Order: sequence, then C-alpha cells, then structure tokens
Amino acid sequence: MSMSQQIERRIRKAFQTPKKGETFELRNGLVSQYARERKDAIQRTIQAMTVGKDVSALFPDILKNIATPDIEQKKLVYLYLMNYAKSHPELCILAVNTFVQDASDPNPLVRALAIRTMGCIRVDKMVDYMEIPLRLTLKDENPYVRKTAAICVTKLFDLNPQLCIEEGFLESLQTLIEDSNPMVVANAVSALAEIQDRAPEIKCFVVDPHILSKLLVALNECTEWGRIAILTSLSDYKASDIKDAEHICERVVPQLQHANPSVVLAAIKAVIAHVEIQNSEAKANLLRKLGPPLVTLVSSAPEVQYVALRNIRIILQKYPQILNRELRVFFCKYNDPPYLKMEKLEIMVRIANEKNIDQLLSELKEYSMEVDLDFVRRAIRAIGQCAIKIESAVEKCVNVLMDLIYNKVNYVLQEVVIVMKDVLRKYKTFESCLPVLCQNIDELDESEARAALVWIVGEYADKIDNSGEILQGFVSIFNEEATQVQLQLITAVVKLYIKKPEAGQNMIQGVLQTGTKSDNADVRDRGYIYWRLLSSDTVIAKDIVLAEKPPIVSTIEDLPKSLLNELIGELSTLASVYHRPAATFMGHGKFGADAVQKRAIEEQKQLANEDEVGAGVNAENLLDVDFSVDSPTVDSPASNPVTASKGGSALDELNDLFAPVQIPKITGNASSNQDIMNMFKNTAPTSSVSHNLSSTKDAFAELNFDNSFSSHANSGVPSKSSKTNEDLLGLF
Amino acid sequence: MISALLVYNQKGEVLISRLYRDGLRRTIADVFRIQVISNPDVQSPVLTLGSTSFLHIKHANIYLVAVTRSNVDAGLVFEFLYKIVSLGQSYFSGHSLLSSNGENFSNGSTGKHGFNEDNIKNNFALVYELFDEIIDFGFPQNTETDTLQMYIAKDVPTNPVKSLTRTLSISTSVITSQATGAISWRQPGIKHRKNEIFLDVFEDVNLLVSASGAVLRADVNGHIQMKAVLSGMPECKFGLNDTLSLNSGNMKDNVSRGSHDATRSGSITLEDCQFHQCVRLGEFESTKTISFVPPEGEFELMRYRAVENISLPFKVIPQIIQHGKTKLEYSIVLKANFDSKLGATNVEIKIPTPKTLTKYNINYASGGKAKYEPGSNHIIWKFNRVAGGSEYQLRAEVDMSPEIWTKPPIQLQFSLTMFTSSGIVVRYLKVFEKTNYNTVKWVRYVVRAGSYEIRY
Repeated sequence: MSMSQQIERRIRKAFQTPKKGETFELRNGLVSQYARERKDAIQRTIQAMTVGKDVSALFPDILKNIATPDIEQKKLVYLYLMNYAKSHPELCILAVNTFVQDASDPNPLVRALAIRTMGCIRVDKMVDYMEIPLRLTLKDENPYVRKTAAICVTKLFDLNPQLCIEEGFLESLQTLIEDSNPMVVANAVSALAEIQDRAPEIKCFVVDPHILSKLLVALNECTEWGRIAILTSLSDYKASDIKDAEHICERVVPQLQHANPSVVLAAIKAVIAHVEIQNSEAKANLLRKLGPPLVTLVSSAPEVQYVALRNIRIILQKYPQILNRELRVFFCKYNDPPYLKMEKLEIMVRIANEKNIDQLLSELKEYSMEVDLDFVRRAIRAIGQCAIKIESAVEKCVNVLMDLIYNKVNYVLQEVVIVMKDVLRKYKTFESCLPVLCQNIDELDESEARAALVWIVGEYADKIDNSGEILQGFVSIFNEEATQVQLQLITAVVKLYIKKPEAGQNMIQGVLQTGTKSDNADVRDRGYIYWRLLSSDTVIAKDIVLAEKPPIVSTIEDLPKSLLNELIGELSTLASVYHRPAATFMGHGKFGADAVQKRAIEEQKQLANEDEVGAGVNAENLLDVDFSVDSPTVDSPASNPVTASKGGSALDELNDLFAPVQIPKITGNASSNQDIMNMFKNTAPTSSVSHNLSSTKDAFAELNFDNSFSSHANSGVPSKSSKTNEDLLGLF
Repeated sequence: MISALLVYNQKGEVLISRLYRDGLRRTIADVFRIQVISNPDVQSPVLTLGSTSFLHIKHANIYLVAVTRSNVDAGLVFEFLYKIVSLGQSYFSGHSLLSSNGENFSNGSTGKHGFNEDNIKNNFALVYELFDEIIDFGFPQNTETDTLQMYIAKDVPTNPVKSLTRTLSISTSVITSQATGAISWRQPGIKHRKNEIFLDVFEDVNLLVSASGAVLRADVNGHIQMKAVLSGMPECKFGLNDTLSLNSGNMKDNVSRGSHDATRSGSITLEDCQFHQCVRLGEFESTKTISFVPPEGEFELMRYRAVENISLPFKVIPQIIQHGKTKLEYSIVLKANFDSKLGATNVEIKIPTPKTLTKYNINYASGGKAKYEPGSNHIIWKFNRVAGGSEYQLRAEVDMSPEIWTKPPIQLQFSLTMFTSSGIVVRYLKVFEKTNYNTVKWVRYVVRAGSYEIRY
C-alpha cells in the first residue's frame, strides 16, 4: 500500500461518521430489530443527554422509534424531542403525525401525553398542527386530558399569543373554570392567571361573582397545589362589598389548617387581602386566627421557615399585635442555619414589648456569647433596638451591654459602642457608661465604631473629663481616618469648642484647616460650613450646633409604606422574600412595545422606591442644594457643581449642621426633615437670625427652595415630607 | 412558575436536568454549581442572579434546585421540592417520608434505599417520567404517591422492557379519575380480609433550659401517623382530648377512657393543628370534628402544636466548673421523670467540650457509656435503656488551652413510648363503611427529643 493511499484513507476516515464510539453504538441500537435493544439505546441516549453530551445527531434515528405501544418508551422519545426540537425544527414536523394520532388514542393517558408534549415542542411550525388536537382535547370527556389541555393553552399563548386569541382558545379556557372536576378548574385558573399576568390588556381572567362561587367550590376539593392557585387568585380579587369579603374569608379560613405550609401561607395572604374592608370586630377576630398558623410555619422545613419568617416580618409591620404573645417560638435553636437565626432576631425585636423584654434580653445576651460573628453583632444591635423601642427597659438593656464589654471581645466591644451611640442620643441618663466606653478606644479598629465613639465624645464633651485628650488622639491621625470618622471628628471638635472653649481652642483651628484641605468634598464642605458658622456669630453657632435633636423613635428598619402595601399582596412570593418589588429582580416582558413601556414605568417606580428606602432620602427631592455658585471666599476645588449623585451627601451635611449627627437610619424621611425644621423653630424667634444668615452669605443663602418644590412635585414623595417642606417655605 | 428542575450530586455533577420553559440556557446548570455548590459563603436557600432565581434544598447527598424567571411563590416551590423528596423516598424505599424534616430517614443518604444519588442514576428514566407527570410547564400537578404509583411504576431491573400491560392492569379511567378527582388519594374497590388501623402519635418535645435551670421554652410538635388497611370507601371520625373538639358538640363522648396517665386525663389545649388533605377542613372549622376518607397505607393524618403543661421526661442538671483558665470539671446528672414501668431508649447526651481540649478524663459514670468524640468536640454519654424514676451521674475533667469558650448547649436525644409530653389522648376513631365491617385499631404514643437543649 502506497503512502498516498494511506493518507487518503486517513483523510476519508476523518470525514466519515465514526464507526466506533458512543454515538455509533447508540445509532446501531436505535435501529436494531429487537425492541429491547432499541429501548435500551433510547435510555442510554437520554442518559448521555442528561450529562450534557450532544446527542442531537441521533435525532432521525430516535424519531423512528416514536410509534410504539410502549408508553414508557414513548415518553422517553418525547423527552428527547422536546430537548432537541429547537435544533431540528424541520425534523420535528415528521413527528406531527404521531402526535395527532395519539391525541385521539383511546387511552386517555396517551391523549394527555401527546397534547402535553406538543406544547413543549417550541417550534413555530408546530403551532399550525396544534390547533385541532388542542381544540379536541379541551373538550375531551376525560378530566385528566382536559386538565393537561388547559395548561397547553398557556404553552400556545407563550409561542403565539395572536393565534391563541384569534382561535378562541382563551374562551375555551374560561369555560373550563366551570368544569365539574376540581383539578381542571385549578389548572384553568393557573393558566389564565399566567396569561393575565403576561398580557393584562386582554383581560382574560376577570373574577366575577359567578366565577368566584366556582372557585370557592373547587377550593375544598382540589390538590394542594391547585388550592394555592385558587387562593392566589382569590387574594387578587377585589371584594365588591363587606358581605363578599366575609364570605371569602369564611371559605378560606379552614385552609389555615392544611398540612402543606405553602397552602397555609396562601390562605393567610387571601385572608389579609379581604380583612381591611370588614368591620373592626370581624377584622380582629380574623387576625387572631392568623396567629397560630403563622407560628406553626416556624416549625416547618428550614427553607420554608425562611420564607415564612421573611413574610412574618412584613405582616408584623402591617399588624404589629398579631404575634404579641409568641416570643418564645422565635428563640434560635443552636443548630438553626445562620440565615434563620438572623431572621428570628429581626422578628424578636419587632414583637418585643414591656412584658417579654426580660426574657428576650437574657436570650439576646446568650446569643452575644456565641461564635458566629455576624450573629453576635446582630444580637447586640437587637439589644440596642430594644433599648430605643422600650423606654422602660432601657436600663436593663444598657446593663446587658455594659456586661458584654467586660468580656473584652473585640468585635463585641465595637458593636456595643455603635449601639450605645443611639442609646446615648435618646437617653441623657447614662453618663455613668461614658468612662467604660472611652476606656477601650485602642480596641476600636472599625470606622463605624470609631465614628460612633467620636460622636459620643463630642456630644458629651462637657461630661467626659478627658474629652479633649481623646479627640486630640483622633485629630493627630486625622488623615488616616475613614471619611465617616473624619466627618464626625469635625463635628465633635466643634461641639467640644463650644462646650469647653479652653479645651477645644487649640484643636479647632487645626481640624478645620486639615478638613478644608481634604480631597473629599463632604469633609471639605463640612469644614467650611463650620468655619463660616463659627466665624460669624458664636451665639448662633451655639444655637445651631447644640440644638435639641429630635428624639429617635425606633432603630428598627421598616419597609416604606408603598412597598409594604405592595408586598402584603404578594406574600410567599420571591418579592416578599427579598422585600423588594418584583420588578427589581425579574426578567422584563418579552413582547415588544408594551413591554418596553411597562419596563420604563417599572424602572421609574423602582427608582422612586429606592429613594424611599435610602435612609438619607435623595436630596434633590427635598432641598436642591446648589453649591455651583458658591460664595467667592471658597477655594476653587469646592466650586465643583454638586451633581445629582452627590445630592445625598449634601443633605447629610446640612442635617449634620443642624443636628450634629448623621441620623442613624431613622425610619421614613419625615424625621430627617424635622431636624431641619426643629432647628428653624429653635432659632426663628431670634429676629436677627434670618438677617444674619443671609448677610453672612453662608450655605443657607444658596438653598434653592423653588427648585426643590418643582422637582418634588414630579416625584411622588409622600405627603408628610411635602408638608414639612411647606413649613420650611413658610419660614423663609 | 418553575422554569426548570435540576438535581445535582455533592460534587455538583448534574444528575437530572429538566427544563420546562424557554429562556434558560443549558449552562444554567453550571451557574448554580459555581455560585452555590462550590461557594461555601452561600447561606440563603434563595439566590437570584440577573433575572434568574435558584431555590434549592439539600437532601441526603443531593441538591434539588428549582430555577425560575418569575416572581414565584417561594413557599410553594420549597414545599414542592420537599414533596419530590418524599415521593422519591417512597419510590425507592417503599414508604414515604414521615415528616417534613426527614429525621426518620437520616440513614437514607448512602444506603440502598431512599432518594439518593445512586438510586437516581440507576432509575433516571423513572425520575424523568415522574418529573414530567408532577409538573407541567412549571405548574405542579398531582403529587400523590398512591396515585402516581398506579401508572408510573419502578422498573424491575430484570425486566427492562415493559409494555402497556403494566399500566393497563388498572383501567385507565380509574387512573385518570383518581389523578384528577376530589378524592385523589384513594382508589375505589380496595378489599382486605382483615381491616386494621394503626395510629402512631409522635411528639417531638423542644426544650430550652437556661443556665439557672429555668425553662425558657418548652413546646411540643406532634404528628399523628396513620396506617390504614381498610376495605372500600370508609368514612372515619377521629377525636382527641383537646379542648377544641371537646367544647363543641362532642360532650357526650367526654367519658374518661382509661388514659395512660391518670393525672392528665383532663383536656389539653392545642395551639394549632394541621390536617392531611383528606380531612374535611370546612367541617372541622364549623363543628370541630375530624372526619375523612383515608388514603390506603401510611400517611400523616394531622400535625399539632402544644405549649401548655408540657411534661418533660428528662431533667439534666449540669455543673461545669472552670478552674483557672485551663481546667474544666464536669458533673452531669440525668433524671428520668416518668413512670417506672416505662423505659426510654436511645438516650444520648451530647456534652460539649472546648475546641482546644488537650486532655480529658471521664472519671465516673453511674450508668451508660461515656466516650469523648474528638471530631465533634463532645463527650457522648449513651444509654440503651433508661428506666423511669432512675438517676445517673457523670463526672469528667478536661484540660484545655486558654480560650474564650462559647459554651454550646448540652443536647439530649431519646425516644420514649407510651408517653406524651402534651398529654394528648386519642379518644375515639370510628370507621363507617357500607359493609359495616369490624376494624381493629392500634394506638401507640411515642415522644422523642426535638431540640432538647440545656445551657449551663
């Protein structure tokens, strides 16, 4: 054999389909004359498909096995078809005949299988062939086939909504709601609800009193999953009057006893949806019934528990009294996964009250000594939240916090300092704690803790003997500190200077000088503002810097009202787990212009929501602080226009000027405005104030209120804040 | 709704991948593997990347993952995943998962039985068949084991080719009517020579005791497991000694039936109860009677929760004294607070020791076997049987390198029959059937430790 021949053969071999290897063997098996070998080959093909091998080359050979009386083999072939239909659309059509035949097979299971699979072969051409079998099966005498056909309508709608509507399949689907079989009803409801969700404009699923009665009948008879579908559509239904709502609740309440926790959650959602309209007695009665099932959810599987706990948090904000006496079930078990422990803490601080605080505190103290760092810190924070929330228990809380300090664990100490900052802001009676807190400065290495301590020292400068010394320690390394600490440091030194001029004298000049030379605009601006303020009139400066701060009501983070109302209607969904509107994490619609428009609206909504979430509240909405036309005395670097993104910090600065601390996560936005308002109330009586303010050409002069109100009108800021704004306007 | 179901093994290899909807790429499987399985930081069972969400649970040595691109009902998805597990359990081990926590199948991870990697690999065609039947285009369908087993049977390996005869042995109309019917859990026409009912009342008692010995939390999660071997379409009525059912119309039944504990023959209060779907919830709501047509075989009839008057079968009195920075002295006393005729089995006390343990010495144990387990940092003190009224003591010493010891709680495991912590008693169970047959009924009570924790 010559060389060239050998090479030629080798080349030829390379281009031929392989005679060995898995594909070859499978192909041989698929066309074998023995049924058993063929089936075996199909199985192995599916196996290869599962592990990710590409066996699409076998498509024609697999297809040869489609016509078989062996239903199991048929299922396997169908599975293969569904998988590779996309890559071989033209070959799929070869299977159509079998599908159409099967759809009128005497065996209902075969009929159902055919229609189920046809809908899953997502090839455009298939649509034309689906029409007739679908129409037949929707009216099949067998409920099993009908319930499968109901779902198939959604599949068709997903492929070709136009055709689905034109051919009247939606109407057929609607008639299935009145079917005698509960499962058919449930599937029809699921199918319609999904179509409605995707294309609200065609209004294919409008629950009227007639449909409502059908749903309520099916509710008691269908499978657990069907019940959830029905309960969900019941919660979306707007009751026409009290009677209607009462009737629905009456039928839904028994479902609270269902063994499946997700049915229970769906039932809770449905009850809550119809509880507001009812009179207060009925409402209280219904809400009382929700307590025990909610607690029981906490003993389900951990993942379900997680969903339940996240939802309980939403429900608690709406109905704070609902679990008043149930603190103990939320105690963390030692082996609970960390994500559950965190959620349980969140819930415990929310149901803490004067009666159960002792129990809760001893439990929280126990948690503070565990190993999981995040959990420990969260537990300490919870103690602080209780101290702020329950005035009568603050002393006990502080005692626990002080006990924790003695353990000398670094991260515990830092967290205690952060928490104590809030406590010391609200309550003036804990000066005795100050020495202990100030003893451990060297241990603090996190900027949040350092900033908190600096704030404490500034605020209590006159009560701490060596406050000057402590601040001096920070000032000497001013440039090494984080921005957060630097900002607090400026404020604290100013307070020190005002309270104890002799101690602050030396420091103030240095700090303001270093501050105003900072590269960070926030630090620099704060430096300048204080500088101006102090150099104008020390009496006014004192009034402003030491102004009475609005009390902190709660440090427990609440959801903004609009978000709460949205989530309460979406209990158990992913949105309720994330505490975020669905639009922020979901894929946006698929169909053209409508979807784009919807998406734009959603994005706007999302922006609005985010604004409300942000603790600082986007400044542009409230006060349009425009430093671009800054006073001529300011050095050039500061004259950068404050862009929208910096707006937040600008407001913070203002806040800080008026109430010399960054309000730690005060809920809602009204309170931060009150800071400003209070300041003005305090100073307004002095007639010289406004004159002084304008004449000194300080930052205030640049507040562009007109602008702020026009922008505020565009964005939907809650009315509360707009009112405070108007008050402000009145002042000026 | 659910866009795809994926099953992985421990290593992150895909065992089953079933995509129900468009819009997902095949590589979605890799995304989950990289983001969750090989990422030790992931804690939450829910993860959303872009607009795709993954909801997963772990069972034995496998991960079950539901993938979705919509705002799904997360509670439903997780429950559904657990349903798949219990379905797999009953297909591969012959009986269903007794409770959602799966504690009864803790040994199902590697063995021949149970829903695990080996069984899925060996029966993947069956699993696909099930995945196609229980979910359609992302909507969960009938998941009742009994019904599914009528037309999707486990392969017998010796006979891989089966024909329609398997399914046709039961008429298809029976199958379809049961798969969609109002009573989807029971097939008609069952006949037994002997009609029997077995009731098991299981209670998991949860306890948390503070270092000072005060009970911080004590409650009971109970579930009543029923095994019905009954002919025809029996109507059952079931009554307990809880105030709920006693206060409304069942007063005539309120004759004390020699309960197992005379001192607690009175009624008890249940905080809440949940029922199997066969129980007519509407009827329970209005008349407080528990009536139902039971499925054939084993199922969980009801679950309940009780918090009042919990009797605790065991008391643990720990005394752990720290000498200096490096020495701990243990003295643990275990007291059995129940009738001396009863005996608890599988009693195991886990006594935590510091991680930096350098030396240990178990000086004395008045009973049972005590052993130090270095892997878990515990001294395990085990008893095969603890008789009622008895008391045991353990003394040990431990040396350690100095550290701040976080003191995890002492944990107790046990199982005790013919005792209930809540005091619940089954008052009656009546069976009505057309043919009026006699039914033999068996009732058993078992209390076990749920999370039984003692601080010190």
